[in-house]
Amino acid sequence: MAEPSLTIEQSSNSAMIRILGELLTRHVGDVQTAFDRVPTGMTDVELDLAGVESFDTGGAWLIANMQRRLEAGGATVRITGAKPAHAALLDTVEQHLPEKLEDDEDARGFVPALIALGKYTVSGWRSFLSALAFFGETLVALVLTLLQPWRLRRAALFSQMESAGLKAVPIVALMGFLIGVVLAFQGAAQLKQFGAEVFVVELIAISVLRELGILLTAIIVAGRSGSAFTASVGSMKVQEEIDAMRTIGLNPIEALVVPRVLALIIMMPILGFIANMAGLFGGALMSWIDLGVTPGMFITRLKETTDVWNLLIGMIKAPFFALMIGVVACWQAMQVRGSAESVGQHTTASVVQSIFMVIAIDAMFSVFFSELGV
Amino acid sequence: MQMPVPQTGTAAREAVIEVRGLRNQFGPQVVHDDLNLDVWRGEVLGIVGGSGTGKSVLLRTIVGLNAPAAGSIKVLGVDVVNGTDEDRQSVEKRWGVAFQDGALFSSLSVLQNVEAPMREHLKLSEHLMSALGQLKISLVGLQPLACGKMPSELSGGMRKRAALARALALDPEIVFLDEPTAGLDPIGAAAYDELIGELQHALGLTVFMVTHDLDSLYAICDRVAVLAEKRVYAEGPIEMMPEVDHPWIQEYFTGPRARAAQNKTKER
Repeated sequence: MAEPSLTIEQSSNSAMIRILGELLTRHVGDVQTAFDRVPTGMTDVELDLAGVESFDTGGAWLIANMQRRLEAGGATVRITGAKPAHAALLDTVEQHLPEKLEDDEDARGFVPALIALGKYTVSGWRSFLSALAFFGETLVALVLTLLQPWRLRRAALFSQMESAGLKAVPIVALMGFLIGVVLAFQGAAQLKQFGAEVFVVELIAISVLRELGILLTAIIVAGRSGSAFTASVGSMKVQEEIDAMRTIGLNPIEALVVPRVLALIIMMPILGFIANMAGLFGGALMSWIDLGVTPGMFITRLKETTDVWNLLIGMIKAPFFALMIGVVACWQAMQVRGSAESVGQHTTASVVQSIFMVIAIDAMFSVFFSELGV
Repeated sequence: MQMPVPQTGTAAREAVIEVRGLRNQFGPQVVHDDLNLDVWRGEVLGIVGGSGTGKSVLLRTIVGLNAPAAGSIKVLGVDVVNGTDEDRQSVEKRWGVAFQDGALFSSLSVLQNVEAPMREHLKLSEHLMSALGQLKISLVGLQPLACGKMPSELSGGMRKRAALARALALDPEIVFLDEPTAGLDPIGAAAYDELIGELQHALGLTVFMVTHDLDSLYAICDRVAVLAEKRVYAEGPIEMMPEVDHPWIQEYFTGPRARAAQNKTKER
């Protein structure tokens, strides 16, 4: 087991290069500099491979590469002493030696940046149009399903309602409860300074019912079910299941998207309501412990001061959030191309975009309701 | 009935893979029971068997992806079942595996896929790695243009070739191929067979190939091992297979497709 080595006996115009030892891929890094140092400009070079103990493509690459370099410098290269198997391998490698190496694309500088920006803008605009088209298709399919309810895939719908709705109840309820607790706790600290502890009821009721309950439910659903939709439908896309559906006359929007979106539209108000109730419960409990507002007082005060509109305004938003989350998740799933990597990217994008869209819609509703004065 | 292995040549053959008393079991289902197999250095061994006889399981067990219930496996003299992690790692550098659908890393380009094993196990400069990677890609018959492509942009045949290039990245002594020609058109499959034969010859590889493809068996396999009844039921040169007294083997090696494949080889 000898490390490879190289000796040169050089006379004026010719050279004899002897190569000894194990010429293997794992040694290529160690001896490459020695091979590169062989000077060009000779006319007659003999490469003696008799001392080569073992040989593989890495070794053959070194020899072939050097031979090519010397020949480019005007030398005639003869290879002597190679064992038959080594000569055959060298021959194979020489045939396959790439003419020139492909360089990694260098994407720096002003023009490439400009090209990248242009591509980014165009692809952004195209994906916006495609999202809009998908949104339209989904709406049409939803309306058609409402007009022809027998075409609805009930099994898929109920299974989605279970996984996206029923199974989210514990986490949503716990989240609501904790929000109520936090609001009561933080509110109490401030309100105590004015001796206005009893206003904690309005603080909790209005903020939970109007905004927080439903908004945070939507965020949890986006993270929980939106990501699941994108990942599962996206994997189907990778496996060509969606294409298979099309070929047997199934409309993927009707078979996959409608049950999922509809399940969210049905379950989101229910989940939001559960979050609201849990929030009020958590708030009442904390007010009792921290401020001494008894549950009886809490309920009386709640009835007196909190308009039912607060609850309704919250609940009205739920189906819109659900529609947005479902459409964004399924649209992202349809954008998956080719690989598992792509599923991951689109799942991330799905969650980020649906949470952003939920907050954007919430802001629009706020403006809308304040203009209406409710 | 175990066929006697015909002795080819007088020189002592070196077994690069020795499987002894292997037992594989998934729940109540026994896949292999007391399976013995030797693979000799420098040969192309084809593993055949009906669906569900555990051909791929055998391959996965030998390369350590599946822990056997009993038995021992030695690869290049190293016990890969009970050996230390260090032993296993030393032997992992000396084999290459090409999976059925390529199993290329989807986030890396073809060239980066081929460079990945080198990056992990060899100390080479970027330039050198790229040069050797491109040589491997050219060796498996892919165009230089394929280097920068992502696996999702490749056709099935190109993916298999790229997977072979990755398997050859470290110049291994043994190459495991899982269904190398499945899903290829006959011309592509024949070209791939030829490629494996050529590389095996040039690089002195030992090839362990799970296959269904009779053409491949006749064209490039030195020996065939048939899995049946939970063990290697018969092994030997393919010409001897029709003499084995087992219904599946009879049907497989004397059926119309086998005859066609045989004639094709004779014509060459």
